[in-house]
Amino acid sequence: MAARTEAVSGDDAALSVRGLTVDLPKGMERAHAVENISFDLKRGQILCIIGESGSGKSVTANTIMGLLPKLIPVSSGAIHLDGTAIIGAPAKKLRGLRGRVVSMIFQDPLSALNPLMTVGEQVTEVLTAHGVGTKASRRQRAIELLTEVGLPDPELMYYQYPFRLSGGQRQRVMIAMALALEPTVLIADEPTTALDVTTQAQILKLIRDIQRRKGMSVMFITHDFGVVAEIADSVVVMEKGRVVEQGSAEQVLKSPTHPYTQRLIAAVPHLTGEDRAAQAKASNETILKVERLSKTYRSGSALFGSQRIVPAVKDVSFDLAAGRTLGVVGESGSGKSSLGRLLIKLQDSDGGRILFEGRDIANLSESEFRPLRPRIQMIFQDPFASLNPRSTIGQILTVGPVAHGMPYAQAREEARALLAHVGLDAGAFGRYPHEFSGGQRQRIGIARALMFKPKLLIADEAVSALDVSIQAQILKLLDQIQRETGVSMIFITHDLRVASQICDEIAVMQKGQIVERGPPSQIFLNPQSAYTRELVAAIPGERPRSTPPAAANF
Amino acid sequence: MRGFLLNRLSQSLVLLLIVSVIGFVVLNLLPGGPLAQFGLDPSMTQDDLNRLKEQLGLNRPLWMQYLDWAWRLVQGDWGHSFRDGAPVLDVIGRHLVATLLLMGSSTVIAIAIGTWIGIRGATHRYSIFDYLATVGAMVALSIPTFWFGLVGIYVFSLRLGWLPAGNMYTIGDGSVLNYLHHLIMPSIVLALVHVAIWSRYMRTATLDVISQEFVKTARAKGLSERRILMKHVVGNALLPMITLAGMQLPSVLTGALVTETVFTWPGMGRLFLDSLGYSDYPVVMGLLMFSAILVVLCNLLADIVVAIIDPRIRLS
Repeated sequence: MAARTEAVSGDDAALSVRGLTVDLPKGMERAHAVENISFDLKRGQILCIIGESGSGKSVTANTIMGLLPKLIPVSSGAIHLDGTAIIGAPAKKLRGLRGRVVSMIFQDPLSALNPLMTVGEQVTEVLTAHGVGTKASRRQRAIELLTEVGLPDPELMYYQYPFRLSGGQRQRVMIAMALALEPTVLIADEPTTALDVTTQAQILKLIRDIQRRKGMSVMFITHDFGVVAEIADSVVVMEKGRVVEQGSAEQVLKSPTHPYTQRLIAAVPHLTGEDRAAQAKASNETILKVERLSKTYRSGSALFGSQRIVPAVKDVSFDLAAGRTLGVVGESGSGKSSLGRLLIKLQDSDGGRILFEGRDIANLSESEFRPLRPRIQMIFQDPFASLNPRSTIGQILTVGPVAHGMPYAQAREEARALLAHVGLDAGAFGRYPHEFSGGQRQRIGIARALMFKPKLLIADEAVSALDVSIQAQILKLLDQIQRETGVSMIFITHDLRVASQICDEIAVMQKGQIVERGPPSQIFLNPQSAYTRELVAAIPGERPRSTPPAAANF
Repeated sequence: MRGFLLNRLSQSLVLLLIVSVIGFVVLNLLPGGPLAQFGLDPSMTQDDLNRLKEQLGLNRPLWMQYLDWAWRLVQGDWGHSFRDGAPVLDVIGRHLVATLLLMGSSTVIAIAIGTWIGIRGATHRYSIFDYLATVGAMVALSIPTFWFGLVGIYVFSLRLGWLPAGNMYTIGDGSVLNYLHHLIMPSIVLALVHVAIWSRYMRTATLDVISQEFVKTARAKGLSERRILMKHVVGNALLPMITLAGMQLPSVLTGALVTETVFTWPGMGRLFLDSLGYSDYPVVMGLLMFSAILVVLCNLLADIVVAIIDPRIRLS
């Protein structure tokens, strides 16, 4: 595809990458991590590099930082950072550039800070490493930076340890560190992916504001076109180590030319604001009715010292009709996953009733509930961790039904049929989980749940770990299965866009309570609670249809 | 923190109680009983033995003996040795110094060298150094300590004559140099296996930390490799090692039976063996309680040190 390779005049680009090829060790799925990529980051602009997992976007960032592991060497190409050639530069010179001319922030703010050092020490360390200032002036500067990134009470924050901070606050500390020496280029590697949607909106705004104020150039790596729409000036689209398309944000988002970009943009879930068409098999019969369900976590000892009490689920009530899907959305800590575990009785509730097909299962003992287990099944978030690596797919699928009394021959036949049904070939039966991709594993997870012919499926963040294009396929599969089998679903997710794709009704949870419940049209177009409004407003790259198109970002 | 300490202390007391009951009962179940050694003395008549039993209160029911013993123990009276009538605490104290000297020096050697080998092995992973360190550790772990001791004595004492073959000092020469001279071989022999263990754990811990994201952050900040290692890697890698040290520390004070025997070192390990052979019940029970208390205290100490170093534990 026509990737623009002519050099922008030297002064115009803060960062220019030309013909960069980085090899992968032999025996990997492809020969190069990135192959012959070229792009420019113009001064004072935000360049988004977008691609799915394995597209080589993080390798590109690490190459620019000089942080590539020795195992994967640069084989050809040139990188100029603020006029300085990076490739082949001695390690000492690169070290002098890092943190001073180019800084980087990472995806996971939980692990990116040293747990044993205070915030202040970690910020001043950048200045110390480059021999800037005196001890007192460095402290002064650190507090200035902490103020600049909007951290509360910077004087106190200086002495805090990272574990005391929320995810968003830690990411602010990372940004403060990256800004310490006012670098020309800031590289942000998926800096908001691990954050809640409202926090993500704040961090994006902070990066944009700082970039404008300082005239900094930002290379922003993401997999989310919503984020691109929110902040990008120009975009580079990567697929399997190659640049397939680049151009201004408007151009790429509105009229993508490469089929991969088109597919990627089409796969991005958008707020529909439209209610889902009623299912043929849906009825008005209520399959699940939850009344004032509660769960409180207690930690520490009641006898000695302080006890911590966290109400995870508080007086939650809802009902679900057969063949319908209820979305449970909320940010981390809202209690949505706890609710899921209570419903499938992986955890006992403290109070309230769970009426499943009219029978209260909340207080059933494990042995009383066991015969009912096949009828309520769960699909888990992590398709890598939720399948036993030492069992074949056949064993994974058949072990449950056989334990519940199905003859093995029958279980095997049904497993093969189901594998075909979820889009895998029957040969998968004898293979092991590691031979499958994330999306395929999630299909196996769905087949496993369906083996029991359940009445109710609980999907806990079932598509959150997947790339958008795979995500769209799995959502389609779940929809199709519901239409065919009439199974009811509770779809737990943090992503409102995803919820809007598949749910008949959405319950918004905050601090253990349902703050609003209604069809997607109400939640997205006419939210009743302040919290829902905040959540909807924070979705990157989305403007609900009720707002005039002039307010749209692109 | 206060709640945590109270909690751990109460657990420890229960543990000590259980250890003391089990120890006391098992010891009294042994054939021969507490006066077996006295019975071997041909000059002792049955009357003498009975009188002795009466004197020592050994004819009372076992539970009463236990309560009496435990009550005295709590008050600081650990009883008297059957062998020479010396107070048990004095006997332990005398041997403790010898053990401290030997185990202390070998532990310092082990931790210093083991830490260095571990870190270097992790930072130079799969290098010749790492390979040799791995093989060396395997060798040190698979060959018993006494073999190293005997080889050491043969080479350095018999053949070369550089180092003494045993004992803590030459009788009549109480100089510091003389002590040190005697200390060299046993402490190195004893350190061998600890270097091996410590370096392996340290290597794993360091590798764990090196792959952490915050180390990458430190590189991205432009820090030198040396500073990254000293400030970010080592501190975090030592955290799990403190717990390991807490578990190893009690053995520093309870002695090394084999090494002490090979080098005729008058430490706690030898005392335990000798006391058992002599059916010296008060000393055996005293040693049992002493090591139990040490284990409990050292683990508690390790937890406290971790809590002080790791802010996450300190404040939660």
